[in-house]
Amino acid sequence: MYSSLIITNNVYSWGLSWLPAAMTSIPKMIMIALAYLTLFAVLGLFLVLMERKVAAWFQLRIGPNRVGFFGMFQTIADALKLLSKELTGTDKADKFLYNLAPYFLIISSLMALAVFPFSQNLQAFDINIGIFFLIAISSIGVIGVLLGGWSSNNKFALIGAMRSGVQTISYELSVGLSLLTMVLLTGSLQLSEIIEVQKNGWLIVQGHIPAVIAFMIFMISGTAETNRAPFDMVEAESELGAGFHTEYSGMKFAYFFLAEFINMFIIAAIGATVFFGGWLSPFGITDSIPWLGVFWFLLKTFVLVFLMMWFRWTFPRLRVDQLLTLEWKYLLPINLVNIVLMAIIVWLNFTIQF
Amino acid sequence: METATITNNVKSEEYFINMGPQHPATHGVLRLLLTIDGEIIKKVEPDLGYIHRSIEKMCERDSYQQIVHLTDRMDYLSSHINNEAVCLAVENALQLEVPERVKVIRTIIDELTRISSHTLWWGVMGMDVGALTSYFYGFRDRELINDIFEETCGARLTMNYNTPGGLRNDIHPNFVKRVKEFIAHFKTKLPEYDKLLTGNIIFKKRTKGVGVLSKEDAIAFGASGPVARGSGYSCDVRKYHPYSALDKVTFNEALHTEGDSYARYLVRIQEMWESISIIEQLIDIIPEGNFKVATDAVIKLPKGEYYQKVETARGELGVFIISTGTKNPYRMKFRSPGLSNLSLLNHITVGGKIGDLVATMATIDIVVPDIDR
Amino acid sequence: MTNEELKELVTTWFSGPESAHLEFTEEGSQFLNISIDPDYLHELMSWLKTAQQTRFDYLFCLTGVDWGKELGVVYHLESTIHRHILVVKVQTSDREDPVFDSVQDIWPTANFHEREVFDLFGIKFKGHPNLKRLFMPEDWKGFPLRKDYEDEVNMVVK
Repeated sequence: MYSSLIITNNVYSWGLSWLPAAMTSIPKMIMIALAYLTLFAVLGLFLVLMERKVAAWFQLRIGPNRVGFFGMFQTIADALKLLSKELTGTDKADKFLYNLAPYFLIISSLMALAVFPFSQNLQAFDINIGIFFLIAISSIGVIGVLLGGWSSNNKFALIGAMRSGVQTISYELSVGLSLLTMVLLTGSLQLSEIIEVQKNGWLIVQGHIPAVIAFMIFMISGTAETNRAPFDMVEAESELGAGFHTEYSGMKFAYFFLAEFINMFIIAAIGATVFFGGWLSPFGITDSIPWLGVFWFLLKTFVLVFLMMWFRWTFPRLRVDQLLTLEWKYLLPINLVNIVLMAIIVWLNFTIQF
Repeated sequence: METATITNNVKSEEYFINMGPQHPATHGVLRLLLTIDGEIIKKVEPDLGYIHRSIEKMCERDSYQQIVHLTDRMDYLSSHINNEAVCLAVENALQLEVPERVKVIRTIIDELTRISSHTLWWGVMGMDVGALTSYFYGFRDRELINDIFEETCGARLTMNYNTPGGLRNDIHPNFVKRVKEFIAHFKTKLPEYDKLLTGNIIFKKRTKGVGVLSKEDAIAFGASGPVARGSGYSCDVRKYHPYSALDKVTFNEALHTEGDSYARYLVRIQEMWESISIIEQLIDIIPEGNFKVATDAVIKLPKGEYYQKVETARGELGVFIISTGTKNPYRMKFRSPGLSNLSLLNHITVGGKIGDLVATMATIDIVVPDIDR
Repeated sequence: MTNEELKELVTTWFSGPESAHLEFTEEGSQFLNISIDPDYLHELMSWLKTAQQTRFDYLFCLTGVDWGKELGVVYHLESTIHRHILVVKVQTSDREDPVFDSVQDIWPTANFHEREVFDLFGIKFKGHPNLKRLFMPEDWKGFPLRKDYEDEVNMVVK
């Protein structure tokens, strides 16, 4: 069911006055879509800059500081440069699939962004199978990767795409199972319900031990899911080629690049929502001011994003077979045991409630 | 590992992949032709010569002071030690006794060069296995050493500070003070580096058991330097054929026996500690005296053959001069440590994976201009 | 082993030292030099590696030399057990098609070094599995380190 701010409801009722009922929802949907596209672009810009600044801070240097105050407009400059690049393509590439591949990734990221609750009543799509929807959508992204690698007609790109696909599919399991552990506490898959339950204390506190384990597994699998270091053997610079996006240039490359950052944001947002209370403030101090919910949500998400960036700039890479061993031999059994543990705790009412 | 038939006539094929010559992980312009089957390497064939500058031919027409200048550019990360090799060969041939001051200063700058080369190696090693931040930390410390060299020798990389008979100039008055400051600073940094990479479990998983080289193979393939010492072959030229002031100092030879990439890594880290210890023993006792002994303007070596071994950061460098009594050498051969170390790459990486190849190459630590000369 | 003992030992390996043109010299060099006929090179090298008293298992320098009229190779050997050093020299006056035995089967390190000597001097090694040029491109004509090598484009002669 839709639940949105007063603005869109006003547009809806205004439209009802002079358009037939069936068509009045269209301007509303267009408005929401445009808002999310803008959010996607701005977030992408900001995240790339944040990555560069954080990397520079770890490496004892300054990072971009020329273009705009504190380097704010660096990413816009980069985007403009990418726009002006020639869109090269290979002769033997499968033209249709080659052009289609980036869009899979963007569409899946946008769809995932749509379900997050930014604050009380500020959510585009509050579906009753929220978490399940999120996990299902992230599987669509894999198609984009494999298509990109296959249609480039390039040995390296194909190897990279295969590796990346295997990695993503394996780690989706762990992401799903660790989220399932938390659903045991809430009893509902709907995201706004999950946040309602957290008014009695954040889920990571309510579930204590199994929740902490689930969070750690979630962060590891989430990092692996988005092909970020230490799991980025696929697109590592010291290895062969650049992975599945070797043959892409210009704007299409920018799509892949942005999609990776947005995926990182999505994983962090899921983590913030399910484990740390989403838009709720700690101890409920500002729950009466709904707009501040956006601030808390973004703060928590960016802390988790910073954590993922910290991983990237500190750890060496895992080899591909070590990566898969980690998932199938270690994370998956731990996950399954953790679910049973959480089930026992919920059944015996050992959760911590405030 | 067998290639072909598995069951039901499903066959997997081998294919070629080119790594280099421009490649972030090959430490120079080196082209490797890999034959791989899936992820397993079947054959590695290096293709050299991209930076061949015919140094040996140029030596046949240059005077001995000019030859020193050419050797800077071979293994540019231990350029001072290369220079010293030629100067020692010439001085031994002429039976020239250099002042004690020269010997001590040469050894101190040798060990500083070794630390600088190993710090760069550490940074690049981290970058090759994926810990991208270590590159910056390694270069930051190397900058401090480069500053010391710039003040005393005049250049940061190709120092050309040695000349047959001694040094070109005396050391700068600040030299001793700056070296002491650097040593004090560096001793706090090495344990930090240890914690960052050496103890990291992902790093250990990437390097333990990878690229194993047995002691017999190390000797058979002519390996030297940390590559051989990581396999248990004790071959430090500074111990067996000491030169300059090395007979005045006591230090341990870094030796490990496992022969895998982790062992070679630990050998180099330990070598840095040993170099610090050598510098500390010598920095306070630099004797007074001349920085140079007068030689003829045109140096002519007596007829004969002369061989000098030194220990660079990469391994054992040999300088072989055949002289007929004229002012140019008749034949000058540089025995490069990198060529022998590279020849064992095929032997130890076959059967492993591509990620292992990158980790192994990082620990063998070749500098391609050294091989190509 | 001292140089005297080495000389005696090596002489005992060859029934007729004159036919092998075996010569020992110590002048003009820090180490004992052995010169030998190319036909007996492989035999001498195998003896040097395997004999208990010598055990020269570390070949650390393989140099090609153009002696003016002859082409030759100089081998520097070291023993990791006894820690003594020896020099072995061979030469041939055949400049058109010089051939020596490859010692690659005795010391695998010789593989790349013999390729380098072939590349720069044109000396072929019998029994080498992969005798191609090492530094110069595959189709280069001529052997750069020979004394009679001419190249108007690239060489600067003082």
